[in-house]
Amino acid sequence: MVENYAVEVKNVSKRFGKVIANDNVNLKVKKGEILSILGENGSGKTTLMNMLSGIYSPDEGEILINGKKVIIRSPKDAFALKIGMIHQHFKLIDIFTATENIILGRPNNRMLNLAKVKNELQELIKKYGFELDLDKKIYDMSVSEKQTVEIIKVLYRGANILILDEPTAVLTPQETEKLFTILRNMKKAGKSIIIITHKLQEVLDLSDRIAVLRKGKYIGTIKTSEANISYLTEMMVGKKINLDIKRAEVKDSKTRLEVNNLTCINNDGRKVVDNVSFTAKGGEILGIAGISGSGMKELLEAIAGLQKIESGKIKYFDEQGNSKDISQIDISFVPEDRLGMGLVADMGITDNIMLRNYSKGRSIFLDRSSPKKIAKKIVDQLKVVTPGIETPIRRLSGGNIQKILVGREILQNPRVLMVAYPVRGLDINSSYTIYNLLNEQKKKGVIVICVIEDLDVLLALSDRVMVLNNGKITGIEDAKTISKEKIGIMMTKNVEGGSYEYKNKWEKKKELYIS
Amino acid sequence: MNVILIFIQKAIAQGISILFGAVGEIITEKSGNLNLGIPGLMYMGGIAGLMGAFLYEKGVENPSPFKGLIISFICAFICAVLGAFLYSVLTVTLRANQNVVGLALTIFGVGFGNFFGGSISKIAGGVGQISVAVTASAYQTKIPLLSKIPIIGQTLFSYGFLTYLGIILAILTTFFLNKTQIGLNLRSVGEDPAAADAAGIDVAKYKYLSTMLGGGIAGLGGLYFVMEYLGGTWTNNGFGDRGWLAIALVIFAVWNSYNAIRGSILFGALYILYLYMEGLSRGSQELFKMLPYVVTIIVLIITSMRNKRESQPPKSLGQAYFREER
Repeated sequence: MVENYAVEVKNVSKRFGKVIANDNVNLKVKKGEILSILGENGSGKTTLMNMLSGIYSPDEGEILINGKKVIIRSPKDAFALKIGMIHQHFKLIDIFTATENIILGRPNNRMLNLAKVKNELQELIKKYGFELDLDKKIYDMSVSEKQTVEIIKVLYRGANILILDEPTAVLTPQETEKLFTILRNMKKAGKSIIIITHKLQEVLDLSDRIAVLRKGKYIGTIKTSEANISYLTEMMVGKKINLDIKRAEVKDSKTRLEVNNLTCINNDGRKVVDNVSFTAKGGEILGIAGISGSGMKELLEAIAGLQKIESGKIKYFDEQGNSKDISQIDISFVPEDRLGMGLVADMGITDNIMLRNYSKGRSIFLDRSSPKKIAKKIVDQLKVVTPGIETPIRRLSGGNIQKILVGREILQNPRVLMVAYPVRGLDINSSYTIYNLLNEQKKKGVIVICVIEDLDVLLALSDRVMVLNNGKITGIEDAKTISKEKIGIMMTKNVEGGSYEYKNKWEKKKELYIS
Repeated sequence: MNVILIFIQKAIAQGISILFGAVGEIITEKSGNLNLGIPGLMYMGGIAGLMGAFLYEKGVENPSPFKGLIISFICAFICAVLGAFLYSVLTVTLRANQNVVGLALTIFGVGFGNFFGGSISKIAGGVGQISVAVTASAYQTKIPLLSKIPIIGQTLFSYGFLTYLGIILAILTTFFLNKTQIGLNLRSVGEDPAAADAAGIDVAKYKYLSTMLGGGIAGLGGLYFVMEYLGGTWTNNGFGDRGWLAIALVIFAVWNSYNAIRGSILFGALYILYLYMEGLSRGSQELFKMLPYVVTIIVLIITSMRNKRESQPPKSLGQAYFREER
């Protein structure tokens, strides 16, 4: 008897203009198994999954669900085939509650009847071990809560095949562990799960089999029990690469940057950076850890001069030891929000570089030739995949966009380089390119301050790690001696009632104030 | 006392056509379509209803008011729906800029109204104003008995059926948007079409249907103006800027058609307030006519300052949606 697969993808191809995203890809998923899909940026993982969930339709090839050939024209068709996808960028309506989002688009129901729905949802929550407040609005939720909503949404719609696109990219280690427990529960309930991720260790911990894509081509599928990290990277990249991050010694032992009692208050009147003091040496990488919303973004923005400082001082000391105001120093800042704050999506690489360099031209006309050279340099050195340097960057993949942004900021020869989540959504190869770039800057004596969510990387890369929790520093530790678990505890332990509770308390106060 | 009574009556009479326009625009905007063609659609509804009634009354020996009413109602609604269909084809299917198409539709609709207004007066013999008195009388029929009650009857029950239809539609719209599955789906399309699409909602279908339904309802506002307010005649550009007031009312009502009922009466009152102020010069009359817009700006300022997420416009308002865009 022929084995019955939940999903079979046969010789599927998909093109976007000139770019071939998927080239003759094959894939099989069994019932009740967890399959990981590995691949670098632009290897076509997300495109492939979007074809299963009806967002894109394939140009060639066929898809079989439970042995039957199907054509998936829209997400509605996908739901009918019991396929549910949890996208990397959550597809949730901000002003709706969890319940409203979950029942969105369900067929054949005239009245909302929320009470009945909530009972059904509570059962589902109990069955798989979720934690969720069904009446909470999405805009009040943490990333992990939003993800829970997405998962419950597809389960409620009766999905038997779940696709998760980089589900752990924005989670803390504790949240990731919780998610994995839930995924294992689902597997036990007979569901097929396809998970896209970059983190090799997670792939090995969680999945039964691993499929690898490289540059849009299908490379092969192996059993997890037969895989190890270096073999997997070789499959992904096509050659062996060195996975160690070399930590250079701190060259300059003098304190260069001094932050004293810095406090910032956001628009809602909440202290987002609370009395923060630290110093940094030249040629040092200072890592910052914290769960999202702990004030990392605001701290970096305050140093870059983008955030209003309520009280406190930021000083920089030059070679002679003279104290200077931070605004006189060349600072490079790679913000978390690449396309919102960092780059203009509708402009090409050259124009985006000119945004930073426009004042360096001497004539009244724009000097396009030197930015063009820089653009070419970035494309060559960082191996940016693009049809051309004038192509609007929104057409590039997230990893390539990030390379352009980091490349541009590093080429400014800054004294202080700040990067927020520089490798978010990047594959191994590009990640290591970025780590090396940061290390090179360190060797030049630049102060590098970075926020990285992967604690393993953060500890390997930085010299010291500073932990922020609810806007406060809960510790500055030597990265060579502190353990990941200790950092995790410092990130999440309660500081004056804990960050989320604190936030909720404040929300209530705000409501009183407004009404 | 009498003056106040009349003022209230006139304010409501002014407000109803604005209310129809606003309810139509709210349904439209909830799908993310900013239809600035609403003023034009109201003209189109008005003239189509008038033409239907006119041709019917001209072609029959003894026209019945009820048949005239049905014919003109259907003509007005369908004509405005067709106008909104044109808007949907251009903005949803062809993804043209919504502002440009909307403004063009308004210019087209006003011209359409004035052109056919002229045409039928020519058919009528070109002598002065045309009139569809029989049909209009049906629209102007007040509620029997109740409207005879002093004061209460005069303020609440002395209007034609479109007035009550408008208010009922406004209430039903709020109920539909907030309590039904289709209403929830529609709101999600206006907030984030990509999320709605991923949830299996046919974004284009929702945009088409809500825009066309909204356009049809707005067209009834024009019909109301021609039939009940003017009594079945046409004057070129007679509808004035009431269509824009309808769009302002959408903002004033913070995208809630239930609020729009009160808002429409307030706008109607502010719109005619200058007639009841004695000793105004022409210049200060114009200042008084600005009042509805001033109030709208104040509401905009207040809602922006409160910064409440729920009282913001639909998030994707004015943007076309294309699924395969990267």
